[in-house]
Amino acid sequence: MTLRVTDLAVARGGVPVLDGVTFAVAPGTALILRGPNGAGKTTLLRCIAGLQPPLSGRIDGAEETIAYAGHADGLKAMLSVRENLEFWAQVFGQTDIAPALIAYDLEPLQNRLAGTLSAGQKRRLGLARLMVTGRPVWVLDEPTVSLDVAAVELFAAAVTAHLAGGGMALIATHINLGLDAQTFDITPFRAKLSQRSAASDEAFL
Amino acid sequence: MSLWEYANPVKFLGLSARVQPFVWGGAGLCLAVGLLWGFFATPDDYRQGSTVKIIYLHVPAALMAINAWFMMLVASLIWLIRRHHVSALAAKAAAPVGILMTVIALITGAIWGQPMWGTWWAWDPRLTSFLILFLFYLGYIALWEAVEDPDTAADLTAVLCLVGSVFAVLSRYAVKFWNQGLHQGTSVPLATGGRTVSDVFFYPLLISMIGFGLLFLALVLYRTGTEIRLRRARALLARSERGA
Amino acid sequence: MIALLRRDLMLAFRAGGGFGLGLAFFLIVTVLVPFSVGPQSDLLATIAPGVLWLGALLACLLSLDRLLALDFEDGTLDLLATAPLPLEAALSVKALSHWLTTGLPLVLAAPLLGVMLNLAPSGYLWLVASLGLGTPALSAIGAFGAALTVGIKRGGLLMSLLVLPLYVPTLIFGAETARRGAMGLDATTPLILLAGITFGTIALMPFASAAVLRMTLR
Repeated sequence: MTLRVTDLAVARGGVPVLDGVTFAVAPGTALILRGPNGAGKTTLLRCIAGLQPPLSGRIDGAEETIAYAGHADGLKAMLSVRENLEFWAQVFGQTDIAPALIAYDLEPLQNRLAGTLSAGQKRRLGLARLMVTGRPVWVLDEPTVSLDVAAVELFAAAVTAHLAGGGMALIATHINLGLDAQTFDITPFRAKLSQRSAASDEAFL
Repeated sequence: MSLWEYANPVKFLGLSARVQPFVWGGAGLCLAVGLLWGFFATPDDYRQGSTVKIIYLHVPAALMAINAWFMMLVASLIWLIRRHHVSALAAKAAAPVGILMTVIALITGAIWGQPMWGTWWAWDPRLTSFLILFLFYLGYIALWEAVEDPDTAADLTAVLCLVGSVFAVLSRYAVKFWNQGLHQGTSVPLATGGRTVSDVFFYPLLISMIGFGLLFLALVLYRTGTEIRLRRARALLARSERGA
Repeated sequence: MIALLRRDLMLAFRAGGGFGLGLAFFLIVTVLVPFSVGPQSDLLATIAPGVLWLGALLACLLSLDRLLALDFEDGTLDLLATAPLPLEAALSVKALSHWLTTGLPLVLAAPLLGVMLNLAPSGYLWLVASLGLGTPALSAIGAFGAALTVGIKRGGLLMSLLVLPLYVPTLIFGAETARRGAMGLDATTPLILLAGITFGTIALMPFASAAVLRMTLR
């Protein structure tokens, strides 16, 4: 199943930011989203993840297939690393969290409370969560924030393994992950200035 | 040509501008006739004396207090189903008018009640229901003020209005049950509804009820216009900021 | 669903989880009542059912803040919204865990406080029954209020303003049951009406709460 985005227009705070976005992510491939700050990467990803409705256009292959990781990791400080991960695994109907712990080198930390982790360790835990969802499409928003070089390599390896298993990934990032993936620059799809009034304001102009 | 055309803000403003003089005029005329007739040309009640005359303010205000909420409910439903901005803004515009009517009804009721029942306030089911209605209005208006994004505010307040309506009706019955439950046989004569008064009082009352209805309509039209212009100013400002 | 319930309960019982705060508040409010109205035992006995109901209601209200706000701040709500669990179910579970950590302890503590307020002996059963039946409605309605205000900064006070009027029918029937019970009258009617309200809110409120939450997360 391919994730296919066709002629998508999205809005942030009611104001159109992107228009006519079209791309596809086939099984086993990743797509790197690029664009300057404020271009609408986060909005686009939230839209694809189903957290906000698009203004127009189609998203195919996104129902019940997406594991989303945004800026916040959804971790509970008072639960241990293992408990946090187990919780998300259960929510997604999975049981095996060991591969995720190993992939992100979290085994030594598994009984620590998430609140005592460093920012980079928390991020690793947040990314490990993707592996316990069992979902084929990873939608990642700036996944490497606060990761060190070694952790970025762990992440790249995890993505590569996920792709090798027929998964897909859609990643918004500024750094080079060393992945064999296409890049997709969203800058040309910025909504034109003439359109950039809040959609709900149009009725009043 | 359908009614929904007036869901367009510009069309609505045009229509509203044409209609408003008549509505204001009608409201003024009906209120003047109804209140003057009621205050000066009706006999005193044999039991209640001249205090009965506050009925010409009290009953119409109470009527409109409930109708305003009902109008907000309908407007909220239209917004949720058809996404017409005018509808959401009309609901927003009606709330302060509704709360004002509720306050008028409560205050005139207290003034009427003092000489009649010997007390400014009694936990009579009807009084209590209006107090609860007042609280619902308060929450609704506060939620409009608290949410920044106008569309989200419209969504949230619309759902609150729906849920609130259900609970307002529940409260009405709960209050009736509550007061008859323990305080058996209160000596409070219920505020008389239109049906139980004689014709001498009824016609001026009817006219002032129509007057209050028209006044409500005029105020809502006027305030909706203000809200629309406010949104328009916001939209223009946002556009010029982006264009610059 | 069970995973979410277990996690919420676990969080509530761990340090900083806020378990027991509502109960402590209930205790203190009840203890303050004799200080404000005087120690006459017959007066206290008269107002005991109402005071206990009001105290339980306020204790529920105070803990609503935590129902969704923490999950909103750390991004859990976003992730839950993309999970296979429908938001309606997630909110029902959250309301349930709120009831288990706040409502249920209040129900169990109420008879004890009833002793301190001289509650008539015939009233205990009705008091516990009415609180046990009524507090789930308070949690379900509270989840709706929490969903309405979760995106608003300093929404706590606003939430009280929105939730308290919605609590009126529950309070009336609940306190009426307890009061009639304490007076030795038959309180079946208000208890049945209270049960009606509770089952109605439990069944329907999650849909309103989830609809509102989707609007806020958008």
